[in-house]
Amino acid sequence: MSAEDSPAPHSVLLDPEKCVGCTTCIKKCPTEAIRVRKGRASIIAERCIDCGECIRTCPHGAKRAVSDPLSMIEGYRVKVAVPAPTLYSQYDEGRSVNRVLSGLLELGFDEVFEVAEAAEIVTAATKALLAHDGTLPRPLISSACPAVVKLVQLRFPSLIPHLAPLIPPMEAAARIVKDRLHAGEDGVGVFFITPCAGKVTVTRAPLGYARSALDGVIGLRDIYLPLRAAIAAAPERVLAHAGRMGLEWARTEGECEAVGERRSISVDGIGNVIGVLEALENGSMKDLVYIEALACPAGCVGGPLTVENPYIAKTRLRNREESAPPQSAGPRRYESLGDLGWTEAVKARSALVLDPDMLKALVMMEEIEFRASGLPGLDCGSCGAPSCKALAEDIVRGTAIESDCVFKLRDRVRELAKELMALEEIRPPGLDR
Amino acid sequence: MKLKFEVGDEDFSLAGRASSELKGVLKRLGIGPDLVRRASIAMYEGEINMVIHAGGGVAEAEIEADRVVLTLIDAGPGIPDLSLAMTEGWSTAPDRFRELGFGAGMGLPNMRRNCDEFDIESEVGKGTSVRMVIRL
Ligand SMILES: Nc1ncnc2c1ncn2[C@@H]1O[C@H](COP(=O)(O)OP(=O)(O)O)[C@@H](O)[C@H]1O
Ligand code: SF4
Ligand SMILES: [Mg+2]
Repeated sequence: MSAEDSPAPHSVLLDPEKCVGCTTCIKKCPTEAIRVRKGRASIIAERCIDCGECIRTCPHGAKRAVSDPLSMIEGYRVKVAVPAPTLYSQYDEGRSVNRVLSGLLELGFDEVFEVAEAAEIVTAATKALLAHDGTLPRPLISSACPAVVKLVQLRFPSLIPHLAPLIPPMEAAARIVKDRLHAGEDGVGVFFITPCAGKVTVTRAPLGYARSALDGVIGLRDIYLPLRAAIAAAPERVLAHAGRMGLEWARTEGECEAVGERRSISVDGIGNVIGVLEALENGSMKDLVYIEALACPAGCVGGPLTVENPYIAKTRLRNREESAPPQSAGPRRYESLGDLGWTEAVKARSALVLDPDMLKALVMMEEIEFRASGLPGLDCGSCGAPSCKALAEDIVRGTAIESDCVFKLRDRVRELAKELMALEEIRPPGLDR
Repeated sequence: MKLKFEVGDEDFSLAGRASSELKGVLKRLGIGPDLVRRASIAMYEGEINMVIHAGGGVAEAEIEADRVVLTLIDAGPGIPDLSLAMTEGWSTAPDRFRELGFGAGMGLPNMRRNCDEFDIESEVGKGTSVRMVIRL
């Protein structure tokens, strides 16, 4: 897939049938990208970072991620599943990783290759960057979570040079399948089983590389039930190779443990990530070498397309890690995969800028402050914007009007009523006795 | 335009608010990342100093077409020896703040490093005022 295939820069879709316009999601969005208009939520695409927070918080299940259907694999001669390690955390430990992977074959895949195995290679590449690359600033921020990369592009552009310039494990897995295991073959389809909305988007519009080697991305949630049935029916085969070092990437602290860097921090949950990046930008995170930042609670095991509670999933994954070898066994077949580095620049996103002309933007900003000071400051959300300040900004940007505020509307109604009363007092001179 | 913030007394929950709001505004104006970073470091260190050393104060940011002027004014104890205070690593931060990771003695030097003009005035018993200019 390439960037041209899809003009949409994000993967969150709204089901207008289910959305009741309740404004729950607008307050949770970390980039204030959602507005309620005409009783329905709508996403400002340029601001969406695909963190999935709205999918998680919508009480009506009206938000979902666009992903590919399982039926898509039918178009390929060799169908290869590359499951995220999060998949293993969705089923209890009674179902071994071998059985989960065997279940995928039962569902119609011909082969599986674990993303966790690729994560071991990305671990090695990260270690090498930390050990040798003196040109990059410290701390390096992991770029494995696409929501974090997009957050940096949009809200923390000064931190772009800190992003570890490496492709994510799922992409490394796809390249291993295509360039090593099936080099030169036609009709090989590689499908990522994902807990993550953001990973769907980056497959269509990659960050840091030109083209994804993946052919499709299937939401974990969509195959959870059929896979559970398949696991029960499938004969167990030995398919699990990944070691602890790769499995642990799916949960918080895992990446730091894998990379083995003590001067590091792990942060999960988009709000906490913002806090850490703010601190880093303020210069108050000195002596750090590596930051593992994951948008979802507990890490990818809490991804928006998962089924299980994030903390239960995390514990299950830990239990599975304990029974896995430290690293995948045998000779590292894929050591020679080649360069995992970025080949394309990751640039700042300007969706928050008011106007390309700084002077115009300054005038607008002044007007926003002025407008905001005239609003009640209750942040009630009835206007469809996440805060009074955001409404003020929308008014100045020309996408909302002042009487969208119910309090302002009431003021106007009151004034109109007064005016009507005053008019009513007036007698035409001819009738006035 | 002018932004004004009350910085509280030993209130860490609000420290960083001025810097964070300033950043939000500068980003909306399309100010380059490096300038945003410098302004936010200067503002943040100034805020923290008012919280730790002066029992709070007022922070202001004036954004003009070609520069950002940051002013931090407090009515704290003042600084007896300014050149000593400007020395890297010199700090009188009480232990309870050091335990929180503050008091490395790098705040004032970092403020100076990150702006184009830096003025500090202080009188013992009266207070301290810092004025920083970052040219855009
Ligand atoms: N606003 C202020 N009021 C009083 N003293 C101050 C103020 N700002 C800085 N100082 C003094 O200058 C010293 C150095 O400040 P700084 O370089 O920011 O280091 P730190 O805050 O880590 O101690 C402080 O320890 C304190 O004695
Ligand atoms: S934490 Fe994992 S699942 Fe969540 S957005 Fe980031 S990469 Fe996707
Ligand atoms: Mg200081």
